[in-house]
Amino acid sequence: MVLSICTETFLLRTENWQLRTGLTFRKYLVLAGVTVFAAAGDSMLSHGMKQAGNISLHHLGNLILALLNPWVAVGILLLLAFFASYMNALSWADLTYVLPATSLGYVLLALVARFALHEQVSPLRWMGIALISGGVGFVAGGPAMTHHGSESPPTGKDTTDPSNQAESKAPLLPTPGKGGTSDSASREHVRALGGGER
Amino acid sequence: MNHLYTWSGIIVVVCFSVLGDIMMSRSMKQVGDVHALGRRFGLGTVLCRIFSNSTFFLAVGAMALAFFSLLFALSWGDVSLVAPAAASLTFIGNAFAARIFLHEKVDRRRWIAALLVAGGVALLAG
Repeated sequence: MVLSICTETFLLRTENWQLRTGLTFRKYLVLAGVTVFAAAGDSMLSHGMKQAGNISLHHLGNLILALLNPWVAVGILLLLAFFASYMNALSWADLTYVLPATSLGYVLLALVARFALHEQVSPLRWMGIALISGGVGFVAGGPAMTHHGSESPPTGKDTTDPSNQAESKAPLLPTPGKGGTSDSASREHVRALGGGER
Repeated sequence: MNHLYTWSGIIVVVCFSVLGDIMMSRSMKQVGDVHALGRRFGLGTVLCRIFSNSTFFLAVGAMALAFFSLLFALSWGDVSLVAPAAASLTFIGNAFAARIFLHEKVDRRRWIAALLVAGGVALLAG
C-alpha cells in the first residue's frame, strides 16, 4: 500500500517535472552525453598530446604522427560524439538552456583531477564547482525551449512515438513567429494535473 | 602593450564563439528536432537537412575561427587568464546574443544560471 502510494507520487512528480521542463529521459541522456563526451574528449586529447610532445610550426609532420596516438584518436572520436550530441540538444532546446545545463563538464574534470589523478583542488576551485552546480540547478528546473507564435507547449513526450501521437499534436518542424513562451501554458498543464509550482 | 594584445585576443575569441553558438543554434532550429525527424524520415534525411543548411557551415566556420583566435590569444597571454576569461565572457555574451538574435526568453532564472556558471568557470580555471 505504502509502496504503491510512493510509486504513484514519484510518477506524478516525474510527469510534472517533464511538463515543466519539456524534457524526456532521452533528452536528459543527450545533455549528459554533451557533458561527458566533452570532458572525456578533452582529457584524452590532453593526455595524448602530452605523450606526443611539443609540436612546432617548423615540424608540422609531428602533428600527423600525434594523430596516430591512440589517446589522441579516441579523444577526437569523443569530441565528434560531443559535437553530435550538442547539435542534437540545440535542435530541441534553447542555447541559454543547453550551455549552463551542460557546464557540469567543468565540475566533472575537476573531480577527475582530484580523485583519479590525485591533483590538489584549492578552496577557490571548490567554490567554483559549487557555483557551477548552483547554476545548473537553477536552469534545469525551467522550460528548455522558448516556443514562438502558435506552437503547442512542450508535452514532455516524444511526438513521434505512436503511443503518444494521439495525445500530442505538437508540430514536428519549427514554425516562424514571434513572442510568447510555453512557460505559463506548461504551468497550467501542471496545475491541471494537480501539481504545484516550484 | 602585451596586455592590450591579450584582451583584444580574448574579445575576438568571445565574439567568434558567440557567433558560432548562435548560428549553430539557429541552424539546428531550422533543421528541427533531430530525433523526431530521424524516427520519421530516417538518418539520411536528417543529415541532408543539416548539410544543406548554409547557416550550419557558417557556424562551423565561426567556431573554427574561435579556435584559431584562442591559439593566438594563448600565445600572447597566460592560459590562467585567457581560458577562464574567454569561457566566462562567452557564457554572458551568449545570453545577450540569444535574447537579441534568437528571441529566446532569457528570464531571471537563466540570467542567474549564466552568471553563476561564468563565475564558477572563472574560479575553477583561474
